[in-house]
Amino acid sequence: METFLQQLINGISQGSAYALIALGYTMVYGVLRLINFAHSDVYMFGAFMGFYLANARWLQSSLGTSVAAAVVVMLGAMALSAGLGILIERFAYRPGRGPARFTPAFWFGILGAAFGHLTGETVASTALGAGAGVVLGVIVEKAGLRPVPQHSRLALLIIAIGVSLFLENGGQQAFGADPKFFPPIIATTVLPVGPLIIDSQRLVVLGVSVALMVLLEVIVNYTKTGKAMRAVSFNLDAAKLMGINTDRIIAFTFALGSALAAAGGILVSLLYPRIDPLMGVMPGLKAFVAAVLGGIGNIPGAMLGGLILGLAEVMAVGYGQSTYRDAIAFIILVLILLLKPAGIMGKGAVEKV
Amino acid sequence: MNQKLWSGVLLCAVVMTLVSCAGGTEADSDEIVIGEYGSLTGTTATFGISSKNGIDMAIEEVNKAGGVLGKSVRVIVEDDQSRPEEAQTVVTKLINKDRVVAVLGEVASTRSLAAAPIAQANGIPMISPSSTNPKVTEVGDYIFRVCFIDPFQGLVMAKFAANTLKVKDVAILRDIKNDYSVGLADVFVEEFQKMGGRIVADESYSEGDTDFSAQLTSIKARRPQAIFVPGYYTEVGLIARQAKQLGITAPLLGGDGWDSPSLVGIGGAALEGSYFSNHYSMDDPSPAIQKFVADYKARFGAAPDALAALAYDAANILFDAMRRANSWEPSKVRDALAQTKDFPGITGKITIDKDRNAVKPAVVLRIKDGKFEYVETIAP
Amino acid sequence: MRRKWIFWLAAFAALALLQATLRGLIGPYNYQIVILVGINIILAVSLNLINGVTGQFSIGHAGFYAVGAYASASLVYYGGPEIRPLIAFLPPFAQNAVLLLLGLLAGAILAGLAGLAVGIPSLRLRGDYLAIVTLGFGEIIRVLILNVDAIGGSRGFAGIPQISNFFWVYLAVIITVVTVHNLVNSSYGRAFISIRDDEVAAEAMGVDTTRFKVLSFVISSMFAGVAGGLFGHYTSFLHPNSFLFTTSFYLIIMIVVGGLGSIEGAILGAVLVTVLLEVLREFGPYRLVNFAVLLVLIMIYRPQGLLGSWTLFKRPKAAAG
Repeated sequence: METFLQQLINGISQGSAYALIALGYTMVYGVLRLINFAHSDVYMFGAFMGFYLANARWLQSSLGTSVAAAVVVMLGAMALSAGLGILIERFAYRPGRGPARFTPAFWFGILGAAFGHLTGETVASTALGAGAGVVLGVIVEKAGLRPVPQHSRLALLIIAIGVSLFLENGGQQAFGADPKFFPPIIATTVLPVGPLIIDSQRLVVLGVSVALMVLLEVIVNYTKTGKAMRAVSFNLDAAKLMGINTDRIIAFTFALGSALAAAGGILVSLLYPRIDPLMGVMPGLKAFVAAVLGGIGNIPGAMLGGLILGLAEVMAVGYGQSTYRDAIAFIILVLILLLKPAGIMGKGAVEKV
Repeated sequence: MNQKLWSGVLLCAVVMTLVSCAGGTEADSDEIVIGEYGSLTGTTATFGISSKNGIDMAIEEVNKAGGVLGKSVRVIVEDDQSRPEEAQTVVTKLINKDRVVAVLGEVASTRSLAAAPIAQANGIPMISPSSTNPKVTEVGDYIFRVCFIDPFQGLVMAKFAANTLKVKDVAILRDIKNDYSVGLADVFVEEFQKMGGRIVADESYSEGDTDFSAQLTSIKARRPQAIFVPGYYTEVGLIARQAKQLGITAPLLGGDGWDSPSLVGIGGAALEGSYFSNHYSMDDPSPAIQKFVADYKARFGAAPDALAALAYDAANILFDAMRRANSWEPSKVRDALAQTKDFPGITGKITIDKDRNAVKPAVVLRIKDGKFEYVETIAP
Repeated sequence: MRRKWIFWLAAFAALALLQATLRGLIGPYNYQIVILVGINIILAVSLNLINGVTGQFSIGHAGFYAVGAYASASLVYYGGPEIRPLIAFLPPFAQNAVLLLLGLLAGAILAGLAGLAVGIPSLRLRGDYLAIVTLGFGEIIRVLILNVDAIGGSRGFAGIPQISNFFWVYLAVIITVVTVHNLVNSSYGRAFISIRDDEVAAEAMGVDTTRFKVLSFVISSMFAGVAGGLFGHYTSFLHPNSFLFTTSFYLIIMIVVGGLGSIEGAILGAVLVTVLLEVLREFGPYRLVNFAVLLVLIMIYRPQGLLGSWTLFKRPKAAAG
């Protein structure tokens, strides 16, 4: 019995990790009908930003290990990741909806930086390469190269895959491919509850996840921006007609989702302190499954989906065959989509002909 | 519309020409060109990079000292993305396009197995720094390795557990995605049971997992006296942590996959009192080893792990064979390699046996105060 | 009728000639790339049948590829010793051909069954949901393979007889392209296209969308199975790492970059992506970073793919009215 309860606790903490990532997926899908494959890599980026922040000497000397330090690290990483999310939306996805100036400059700049770093291996050569790329990009744009608007969903998906590949491989180059140890920014205590072992970090993770979910619900349902978000997810064109600046709302959605992913990344790194540039791949896929499980576009659903998935995985591994762990998520997915495609909390949309 | 067709064809033609012509530099007559393939990207990138560092350092040293047989050595490194067909493609490229005289690689037995037939068929010697699956060198007489093989290492830890630690009940936690881990675990199970021990649990995880609480909780319920975790340090650190959090007190046992300066960083205090088998001990006061460690730290900013040390030895054994054969001609080098005896490597005195595997003792290390402490040597 | 015979005879002759000489002409490295391009063409053209022609968003192709590869390899590896004595009267290369054909048949059938297993449940799903389910199935298949020790599991399946070569791969390429082309231009093809263009309307017009969707899946996966068999018997070694979902992604990239919906686009995409990945080796560690950026750029500036919907062969004229 105690084993069962222990597994239950394990499952819930694993599940809250999935839930945090799932929240971002579900939001972006709700607004853009896009499976943002790059989301899992923003999660990874957030974890790394947290890592660098937590190890920054000025932080350690001024705040040490304390709640204040943890808050600074968390907020800092969330802000930086929100920035990354906005950049991605601006230069990868927005070109599909209309004019997006400086897009070639951005991407050519990146290619140039890679080339510069490869040939020179110094900061100067990288910067030079980046600069050359940006200039080339501006020239090319003036010469008439324009993005093609109104992409098919498939093209957008490929772009998402491309951004994801870019972040993963770029991360391996920028951060180094070897796994790093995430410092414990919150002191942890083990609380024995009867025969069970619960450590405080798991409670913190669960607590913060729930708090973030509540915050998200408030933003989406009780603020004007949230109302605009809901309008955009309902019908983009109608929202535009109603005077909503859809570009700005979409950017905001991305920023919010990315911030949540970053928070997820840091919370997960507290529990499992190993980070590496590919850490987002599997959790990302599973988190998407969780989002679908809960009903894509539905925020509490994403949380529920994450918890159920975490529990199912842990139970399967604990009582069944541990080697099928990865497959569990997908088996659940298949079952749900066959039995109730709208997800647990989704509304079954009747397709009128 | 015809225009599009022709431009398409032209594009293909241009690109294919580029591929065949570009990059195929003729080797300078002043140079010996060798090839290296490894996983520089993908899930096992850190192993490819470690090996590359070890080889780079060996080459820099040898070139500074005047090269091999009067010529400087150059290495062409190719990335196989942790995929076997990529390994085949890049080894084909190295041998046929870049015309290397020998190939170093790979860390993972699966990719060594995929690429070895190509080296064998082309008569180019291949030295694997750390593939432990016995099948690798069985591919042919041009395939060598400088590490011990799974059957030996598994036996080492089984002996240690039975004879030194004197435990009877052991649980296994293996990495199912990793043939190295599976191989070691299988051998350990067989040998330990032969010695009268009991395997009370056999759980598995996947390389890349972060949560092992499910498996560890199951293992805890069976009350093992030790847990054999023959995986890579990337997961072992986390496993140790979570085991401690769950209140497991049994020591962990492992293999050379544990060896990395990051192990203690990730595992922390949870690893105290655990043991693993390795090729060498960084604390070994022998001057050669200390110099290697110091040079590596200065060059790469981190302490060398076993993979780097093995790769370093692989490169040096290759150079030594070339010197003994007094030639870089592949078949002569192959013969010299096969006759390697008592080569003083960083990872031990290496003798290549008739199956082209390295005969060398293993050391068992204990983790104490965050450091690897030498416990004993177990000879073959 | 005569033209068909001449075509096939010429094709056979050309392939045989190339088989004998190509490796010597362009070197083993380029030969290897040519083989991989051929296999990718089969995969891309078959994937295009589901995604481009029938409009079903499937990103789990690597799963069928894997099933075919392992099925074929298992048959030849385990069954070879039993079968060879029965055909010992044939010269060695003919024996190999028989084994290969049997292996490919097994691969095609099992992959087709997998396609059936995936296709039937997926019927109710549309768009993104279907994509995720197919992705999931691909992963499930891969994890299952990882756990079966008899076919190597995580250690890989070694020692597969190398009986596939340029001749067989490109013979399969030609057969695949011709078959898919004929299929698309037949009444079946029109049904597929109608499902892609407007499934509800097609159903209303009396097209049995269920049957055709499943058919599309099964045919497509059978070809993927053949590609898998050819792959395994060429590399002589199989490992689940070759069938990750990233492989499925690369295939999708090939058909979209080339131009979704057209066979020529799939071929161009397969060639381009495979060759590009090789050429980018010059960029060392930034190889995949650059590939990713180029991919994003191509999709931003030419989302319809390089060829768009252009085709080499004219489609039959639409029915009057």
